[in-house]
Amino acid sequence: MNSLWHYDFVHHALLAGAITAVVAGTIGPFVTLRNMSFAVHGLAEVGFTGAAGAIVLGFSPEAGLLGACFLAAAAFGALGVRLRERDVAIGSVLAFAIGLGVLFLSLYTRYATEAFTILFGSVLAVSRDDVIRSAAVGGAALAALAVIARPLRFASIDPEVAEARGVPVRHLSTIFLLVLALAVSITIQVVGVLLILTLVITPAGAAQRLTLHPGRIILYSVLIALGATLGGIVCAVYTSLPPSFFVSALSLGAYLGARWLSPIQRRDGRAEALRPDVVRTERNGGRGA
Amino acid sequence: MTADGTPPIAADGATLAFEDRALWDRLTLEVRRGEFLAVLGPNGAGKTSLLRVLLGLQPLSSGAIRVWGAPPRRGNRRLGYIAQYRAIDPDLPIRGWDMVGFGLDGHRFGIGPRTREDTAQIAAALDLVGARRYAGAPVGRLSGGEQQRLRVAQALVGGPTLLLCDEPLQSLDLHYQRLVVEQISDWNRRRGATVVFVTHDINPVLPVVDRVLLLALGRWAVGPVNEVLTAETLSRLYGAPVEVLRHHGRLVILGADLGAHEHLDERAAPLP
Repeated sequence: MNSLWHYDFVHHALLAGAITAVVAGTIGPFVTLRNMSFAVHGLAEVGFTGAAGAIVLGFSPEAGLLGACFLAAAAFGALGVRLRERDVAIGSVLAFAIGLGVLFLSLYTRYATEAFTILFGSVLAVSRDDVIRSAAVGGAALAALAVIARPLRFASIDPEVAEARGVPVRHLSTIFLLVLALAVSITIQVVGVLLILTLVITPAGAAQRLTLHPGRIILYSVLIALGATLGGIVCAVYTSLPPSFFVSALSLGAYLGARWLSPIQRRDGRAEALRPDVVRTERNGGRGA
Repeated sequence: MTADGTPPIAADGATLAFEDRALWDRLTLEVRRGEFLAVLGPNGAGKTSLLRVLLGLQPLSSGAIRVWGAPPRRGNRRLGYIAQYRAIDPDLPIRGWDMVGFGLDGHRFGIGPRTREDTAQIAAALDLVGARRYAGAPVGRLSGGEQQRLRVAQALVGGPTLLLCDEPLQSLDLHYQRLVVEQISDWNRRRGATVVFVTHDINPVLPVVDRVLLLALGRWAVGPVNEVLTAETLSRLYGAPVEVLRHHGRLVILGADLGAHEHLDERAAPLP
């Protein structure tokens, strides 16, 4: 069994998994802050259609996935679409996108395998090139996010005041959608379209239960995403069961654990706030978890 | 940058209309430096819109408004803005620290830790409103009064010389109303900052107000309290008989809707 660790595919899986976990874990807190889980799912569904379309047309599915996610994000941004769960029109269009993807794949002979791969992830099948592409796309997403992070948080919480203070609220919203598209496209390769939230939402949700400090929320979210992804891949290698199952199971486990341990669960959090050293800890990087 | 004589706000024939209905028509007004101006009027009279115009968020239909001698623009660091009260999700992972911090550097792009000076400035703003004690708790779980004090700190942290307040007393009980008025009028008197204070009840600010701007049904009137809030002026503005009673130093206006009791009070503000 140990000999498995010498295989390239395992190294590639771990590398791609780690890159994805860092990117998804970093972007997650912004997604939850902005209530955008529906948008993440929507982008992933359009990505499925793009990948399927690319296969039919003879392009690489990865390129189709990335291209479709990016175009969808640009369209959502340009139309100023509010991606909320209530929105029947958006939901219907997205469902149709999946239907279209199924049609594309049915035109292709290896239909079942490809569909399964895109929908449920294929981290054990990533190549060296996939890893390099993940690193490039993920790096671009993180760099862009670093630039906009602070005004984006402000705009997410209080758009009116942020706008008055000169924050370009509308543009930030579009830029964030594009960054999200990059993150979604590389995350799909690890956990698939249908399990996308397990890396984009769940670790962030868990992290928010453990701390309120903005930097630490991101740090914990990344660590949880890393633990779930790498742990999931290791379990999959040992058991030959699908990695996506283990990743989502570990991620959910972390979330439930965080809820259980949560110091913020206390009714109003004032017990911590009463500590007189709030200022000093703030300067040193934050209030304790 | 600005000569001493430049008024913080100068409106010249400013009109704001939505679909041919004028909220206020040819508003002409000069707010003096260090003045405390209360803006009163029924709901939908365009009080919030006036603030939005001053902030550069809303263009005028016609006429002109100048803020410190220049057309209104977003991101003017000399302006502080307290937006209307809005309920905050109790699960939102945002602390008082973050909220007040946004007022100082929320508009800045890029990452990097805060400087000591910035951190000290945030702490000072929190102290000013007495919010330091609960600045580490999630804002959504604080009482309305505690949240409102954080909004005041957020508006003051950048050291504004013109403070725009949109119903800052809404959803506060008397104790917190007094506290917030005290903090704002303190900023007004001690720092010489100009204050535009939108409210539906004149009484909490009666002792500190210099002039009142009354907006109603497309018409407006401006002047000292005892000139504007009179039966005569109000009746003219509303086109219906209005009575003004003085009772133990409070003004009671009968027959005119000043927008009171509309949003009272989804959220009680218990004492800390």
